[in-house]
Amino acid sequence: MLQSADLDAIRAIIARAKRWDMFFALLGILSLMVGVLTFTALFVDMAIQGVPRLDFEFFTSFPSRRAANAGILSAWVGTVLVMLVTALAAVPLGVAAGVYLEEYAPKNWITDIIEINISNLAGIPSIVYGLLALGLFVYYFGFGQSILSAGLTLALLILPVIIVATREAIRAIPQSIHEGSYACGATTWQTVSDHILPYSSAGILTGVIIGMARAIGETAPIITIGALTFIAFLPPAPFAGDPPAGLFEWIFAPFTVMPIQMFNWTSRPEAAFTVNAAAAGFVLVFMTLAMNGLAIYVRYRLRKNIKW
Amino acid sequence: MSASASAPSVSLPIGKGISDRLRKKASRHVKERIIEFLLFCAAAFSVFVTVAIVWVLVKESWVFFETVPLSDFLFDTQWTPLFDDAHYGIMVLLSGTITSSAVALVVAIPLGTVIALYLSEFAGFKLREIAKPFLELLGGVPTIVYGYFALTFLTPILQKIYPDLPGFNLLSAGLVMGVMIIPYVASLSEDAMRAVPMSLREGSYAMGATRLQTALWVVTPAATSGIASAYILGISRAVGETMILAVAAGMQPKLTFNPTEPGATITSYIVQVALGDLPHGSIGYQTIFAAGLTLLLMTLAFNLLGYWLRKRFREVY
Repeated sequence: MLQSADLDAIRAIIARAKRWDMFFALLGILSLMVGVLTFTALFVDMAIQGVPRLDFEFFTSFPSRRAANAGILSAWVGTVLVMLVTALAAVPLGVAAGVYLEEYAPKNWITDIIEINISNLAGIPSIVYGLLALGLFVYYFGFGQSILSAGLTLALLILPVIIVATREAIRAIPQSIHEGSYACGATTWQTVSDHILPYSSAGILTGVIIGMARAIGETAPIITIGALTFIAFLPPAPFAGDPPAGLFEWIFAPFTVMPIQMFNWTSRPEAAFTVNAAAAGFVLVFMTLAMNGLAIYVRYRLRKNIKW
Repeated sequence: MSASASAPSVSLPIGKGISDRLRKKASRHVKERIIEFLLFCAAAFSVFVTVAIVWVLVKESWVFFETVPLSDFLFDTQWTPLFDDAHYGIMVLLSGTITSSAVALVVAIPLGTVIALYLSEFAGFKLREIAKPFLELLGGVPTIVYGYFALTFLTPILQKIYPDLPGFNLLSAGLVMGVMIIPYVASLSEDAMRAVPMSLREGSYAMGATRLQTALWVVTPAATSGIASAYILGISRAVGETMILAVAAGMQPKLTFNPTEPGATITSYIVQVALGDLPHGSIGYQTIFAAGLTLLLMTLAFNLLGYWLRKRFREVY
């Protein structure tokens, strides 16, 4: 039998332990709140400053020396075109590499090197990719400070993201699907193209969207390759102008992108340009949030609908 | 890691007695080989990227180190490569990088760890399902936006507390950088904690331990390697972060470990040079490659350390 004094002592110990539990739970919520509040402050502050500036003209005007007339036309067109090049380069390469590593790669030292290398690439700071592009694309290959250079740079940057997403999506497909396909006499490629790729497409798409969202906001590597910050013209549209531009002439055109435009406005001392920066930042955050949100939604739907 | 073996290649006796249908398979095999080779090229491309990075940085740095002796680069206490009286002491940029990273980690490591423990051991399913995507969003905000936030929002607030704080300082940039890194640390640590088998927790609860006791004395030790590699990733992010520092920390190279001063980091120096128009091939142009090589070696060291920690301390259940 426990003495009542012992019982009280035990109860006291339990109460103390529970108080610590409560205290830590509170600490956890507070820590989460730091993140939430920072994000809210960032978003609301930018919205208050920037949203009044967002009108139709802001999207259809070139940057200007006068803050009130400046817009983001060349910046968003540049961003769209650079993203196009990035997607065209990174998606096929990344998916192909992911498929190879999951479905084809033999277990040997070459595969090990490729795998270690990919996880290492993911840890290299983005500005180093900028230096690579400066040395390789801009000067060695002679692409210049063009949309092509920028798009390829960002493609290299998000390649690990897409490879990892592809591999994870493929790994989620049960082994029985492979076995069924092989049992019917399909070759590896037939299995991949008829079963593996279609079933993993939603997972791959999530990875691609997250990678692109990251690429949209990347500033440092594009500044490093020497993108201009003041561009008051658009890249030549195919077959337009005089003499008519070629179909792909735009990829060698000088350009600017949204984050660089924002950086340019942020680094000016006049308050009017800070407002422009806030407006551009708001558009930028909205775009990345929308893309990330879309990725989260695709993944959520995927988890809900597919039950192997 | 490959989930499946490749299709068993049956070697058929080519020649007499084979029907037409099987003979077609031989050509099918060739096509398979070509596709496999193309896919291998795509995977091997990543190795080419690494080689290209090292080649470009070493090639340009080589030219730089032919002019500037390595001892000057490592031990000079001034960094004035664009002045007539040029000094190339990387120490100056390193001090900025170390100071801002230290400030960021003081924010990110405690908060990230507490969030991870809370989400993995305390929070209900619903809260976790909301909080994890939210953390991902926080990590997805472009860093230039964080830089703008540090410069126009946080610095004025800090100046109310320390009136002497200059408009550009490492403190505000470092703090915002810390918030930016929280999701990386929290998310990876949480993954490591969730990988700890339930039976360990159940054992702990069965002994009468509370959640906090279980979290601190059972889950955390079991997840040490994952948590450590999350920290390393955080450090590596902090060292490589560029735009927040370029916007909010000023770009004056100064040998200081005082976060309330403006300072330049390796990364913000590269941005500063890239924004100007230095002629290709000049010594100023080559300094950014030497700085980039230093940065690459630092992050490589951290990556290797993280890899080693994961291997060395991984608990296998």
